[in-house]
Amino acid sequence: MSESEVYTHQFAKHLAEKRLVGSRCKACGRVFLPPRIWCPNCQKNELEAYEFSGMGKLAAFTVVYVAPSAMLAAGYDRKNPYCVGVVELEEGERIPAQIFGVDVNRPEDIRIGTPLRAVFVERGEGENKATVLGFEAQ
Amino acid sequence: MTKRKLGRGVAVIGAGMSKFGCYNGMATRDLFVEAYREMLASVDRGFDPRDIEAVYIANYSADLFEGQAHMAPLMTDWVGLSPRPATRVEDACASGSAALRQGMLAVASGLYDVVMVGGVEKMSELPTEKVTDTLATASDVVYEAAVGFTFPALYAAMATAYLHEYGADPQVFLHVGYKNHEHGALNPKAQFGQRIREIMEARKASAARKGLPVPEWNDEFEFLRDPRANPYIAWPLRLYDCSPISDGAAVVLLVSEEIARQFSDAPLYIIGSGQASDAATHDRATLTSLPAARRAAQQAYEIANITPQDVGAVEVHDCFTIAEIIASEDLGFFAPGEGWKAAEDGVTSLKGTRPINSSGGLKSKGHPVGASGVGQVVEIWHQLRGEAGERQIPGSPAIGLTHNVGGTGQTCVVNIFERR
Repeated sequence: MSESEVYTHQFAKHLAEKRLVGSRCKACGRVFLPPRIWCPNCQKNELEAYEFSGMGKLAAFTVVYVAPSAMLAAGYDRKNPYCVGVVELEEGERIPAQIFGVDVNRPEDIRIGTPLRAVFVERGEGENKATVLGFEAQ
Repeated sequence: MTKRKLGRGVAVIGAGMSKFGCYNGMATRDLFVEAYREMLASVDRGFDPRDIEAVYIANYSADLFEGQAHMAPLMTDWVGLSPRPATRVEDACASGSAALRQGMLAVASGLYDVVMVGGVEKMSELPTEKVTDTLATASDVVYEAAVGFTFPALYAAMATAYLHEYGADPQVFLHVGYKNHEHGALNPKAQFGQRIREIMEARKASAARKGLPVPEWNDEFEFLRDPRANPYIAWPLRLYDCSPISDGAAVVLLVSEEIARQFSDAPLYIIGSGQASDAATHDRATLTSLPAARRAAQQAYEIANITPQDVGAVEVHDCFTIAEIIASEDLGFFAPGEGWKAAEDGVTSLKGTRPINSSGGLKSKGHPVGASGVGQVVEIWHQLRGEAGERQIPGSPAIGLTHNVGGTGQTCVVNIFERR
């Protein structure tokens, strides 16, 4: 395997550096976020790191009241729900992320199309410390 | 490209299922026997189980639900069918239909004449948050689950995209849950054999008994709109928009077409089958349709040489109410953006012109993941043979269709059956 910045495991490393790094196919020019190391568009294996601007808009969302274990551990539950969504980047790719800066108590007022900017959320401590991708409403 | 077809015809000659529900303490293997026994009894002209040559077992995640992997030989042994080849099929919630397809292909290939296909799942031993975690493993764990997406959350996100694109009201989903409970009340195998009205009256009676203020719900929809009775799980989806945590098993018996009449007075012939895969939810061109379902349906219709209008009995994968609306469009029953109107107008109820999920669907019948797709076939078996009792679809339908989704559409399988 070539030394490359576009492996799946490197995505989290880039998040910790507060960078949103996908990949770009050198052959056909398509960009991918999350990064792929194999281009599904042209079936080539020559992809390079491609940094996304972190600007996008909300394509779909929900407010979660019944949380999974990891989000319960982060302090979320029915009384403290959180918003997650699918974000469409200005470069055209979509990625799931937690959404901040919206009123989770009034989900009916959250608007698809809301402009968003990437934020990098540090969660957990010690060995469990990780940076989670979020987007904040502008 | 030449038209695809099976090497030879395949027919269903027996079908059975356990009642779906919560069986605390009961072993999964014993639940499987319930379904097996009913399947054997359903073969019109009798059947010697020793004639079964191979077994396919659908199971999503006994590994995580109960710490038991390798379910296929275990279930096969428990009904006395060792040493037959036994293979587990896992395609998340579409495991059942995928297993049926594998059994069908095995018979169509000519290698076997008689194949058993089963599905089994026991979810109720885990606490809810662990069930939520286990179901989320059918999504993209690295990108979707990591940011807090649960399974209901993924479908809820599709629901917001759907509402936005077609201008529908979030209350529309209540109609699907209401309808499926009406149907499930007519199905003795359903986990929730109660109408919403019955659940509402029981809640009122319970409050009165405890000396608490009795809620003033005037009808089912006031009940369903009340967040105390029907709390949000992932907005806009509420409790009664979500299929439950279930245990259950279902079994069907497949034989080659030429010997079907030896065993059955009214076999169901598998006249069409399609399957497709897709990327994770966020990585698709659309969030308001499942492209893999459209492809699977197209393949199945083409092989069967029929149109959606020819289908009389339909079981779709309503893991969430939004999923049924999207399915009704992906299968070609309604144009994109029209499915919600049909649901609201009652078109998809047993009293409507396009009944969907006469069994009560996953919502009311229950959704023991690996068993669900096989359970759909059991309902089609009863409907096409005119054995569905109170929930019989009028007009003696001859063609039935099952639509089974794995994950949020990473796997979709559509199978079509005909009574001749």
